[in-house]
Amino acid sequence: MWPTVVTAAHYLGLTALAVITTFPFLWLLATALRATGTVFAFPPVLIPRPATLANFAGVWETMPVGRFFLNTAYITGMGIALTLATSALAGYPLARMRFPGRDVIFYAIIGSLMLPQHVGLILNFVTMMRLHLVDTYAAVYLPSVASIFGIFLLRQAYLVIPQEIEDAARIDGAGDLRLWAQVMLPLVTPALATLAIVEFTGYWNSFLWPLIVLKSPDHYPLAVGLLYLSGLFAHNTRYIAAGAVLMTLPVIVVFLLLQRYFLRGIVLGAVR
Amino acid sequence: MGGEGVEQAAVVPSPAAGRSRSTGPTGRPAREARAPVRRILTAYLFLLPALVLLVVFTFYPVVFGTALSLFDYDVITPPRYVGTAHFRELWSDRYFWVALRNSLTYLAVVPVLQLCSIVLALWVRRPLRGIAWFRAAYYLPVVTSIVVVGLLWRWLYDESGVVNYVLLRLAIIHTPVHWLTNPSIALYSVMLVTLWKGVGYYMVIYLAGLAAIPPEYEEAAALDGAGPVARLFQVTIPLLRPSVLLASTISAISALRVFEEVYVMTGGGPIFSTYTLFYYMFDQAFNALHLGYAAAVGVVLAAITIVLSAINFRLLRQGGLSYY
Repeated sequence: MWPTVVTAAHYLGLTALAVITTFPFLWLLATALRATGTVFAFPPVLIPRPATLANFAGVWETMPVGRFFLNTAYITGMGIALTLATSALAGYPLARMRFPGRDVIFYAIIGSLMLPQHVGLILNFVTMMRLHLVDTYAAVYLPSVASIFGIFLLRQAYLVIPQEIEDAARIDGAGDLRLWAQVMLPLVTPALATLAIVEFTGYWNSFLWPLIVLKSPDHYPLAVGLLYLSGLFAHNTRYIAAGAVLMTLPVIVVFLLLQRYFLRGIVLGAVR
Repeated sequence: MGGEGVEQAAVVPSPAAGRSRSTGPTGRPAREARAPVRRILTAYLFLLPALVLLVVFTFYPVVFGTALSLFDYDVITPPRYVGTAHFRELWSDRYFWVALRNSLTYLAVVPVLQLCSIVLALWVRRPLRGIAWFRAAYYLPVVTSIVVVGLLWRWLYDESGVVNYVLLRLAIIHTPVHWLTNPSIALYSVMLVTLWKGVGYYMVIYLAGLAAIPPEYEEAAALDGAGPVARLFQVTIPLLRPSVLLASTISAISALRVFEEVYVMTGGGPIFSTYTLFYYMFDQAFNALHLGYAAAVGVVLAAITIVLSAINFRLLRQGGLSYY
């Protein structure tokens, strides 16, 4: 009897907390599905009657949300691809080759985590101006491509590959490049997957840097674009809510499907 | 490693080779000392993309950005050396002091956030059925864009928004609260959003910390007659200290640098009540184009961050398991 009561109390408390963290999302979704009214409805509406997808169609057609969506997808795709490539390359010699300067480079990379990155924002903008990259997609993803977390994660993954596998490939006459591409790379795909998932939310949600380096709304990703639209169309909150749902949905789907890898990545990222 | 394949093949791999790093089969110190040029070149070619990008976008801007605080620079005309003039100017700059006070006040979110996250982690580590779903629910705000979160809470916090509705209904308040438009509470309203968005993230860090504590410690304490409360405060929490150090340092640094929540929800207002140091740096650099002055603000912010991290480290470095 008593344990049942305790368990029930636990579920009650956990549910109350879950309501606090998830209610705003449900309310956002409800607002995006409403046919009339605004977000400021007394009492708040949780079940829209009638429910409609008109706001999604409307926001896609009358506002450049489709464009923002494609911009975000492009920046995220390029960012992930280049981050994976850079990390997969850089992690390899740091883990499995011996050469002068290796340890210095490794500690410099790890140590750069302690640098005050915010001071770098100012000169990164100047660099982008010099390179004539201001207001381009490349300017958004380039500074994040060399991921310290990614290099560290891949180095650890290469480190645990047994030496026997490398030796066997060498007996078969594999050179450095073939050894890396055909033997080592397939063995670190789990690490690459973890990195891809972590970087996905990073690039998809990135806001401050695109806000600084992008000038024309045509190039905005969703994060910057939604804020811009919410300023322009302050009265049409249902459309903005629909845009916010469109932005959030891919991240939530990826998170719920790949939760385990996701949380593993967060822990590794924090402990780096 | 080009030409060494044949030589390596002749060496029988030792049983422990799998654990060794890059040294390969043991017993070739002479060869290791003098790596062939080609091999060095290969290694550096692998590292090249990462190194170039890190130098251009991390090392160079931080080092020279710090130096920039001693120069006047507006992008168009060449930088002009002004010495410590910017720092003296900051001393008598009202906006700087307002921003500094707000940024330091924002640190108040750190202990609350850490306490909530520890309690939550202790709670959701119980093997209850469906607990993974609850963890996911608490983590949801973490993966959501700060812009979506900011817009959402701006609406929820509205005078006729959901927060006021619920509190009025529960008779906790009698007139609607101006959460984001009342200068004396706006900063705290923004902090509440930081708390809401961050608690899931730190929960995961603490869950990992709790999982790293061998169960034998708590079992031994239980055998010695320690009750659940004593076990929690005298065994589990002290052993969790490395995680507390890590999480509170990350949390303090991001609290000092708070910008995005503020930018989306209040724009620094009303009447500068949510204006932070990072916001001031942003405005000076990208709106006023006073890049040197902005760099000086950035350097002050960095100095505060370093001092605070050092204090935090001193306070929390003891404890935990010895091999941490």
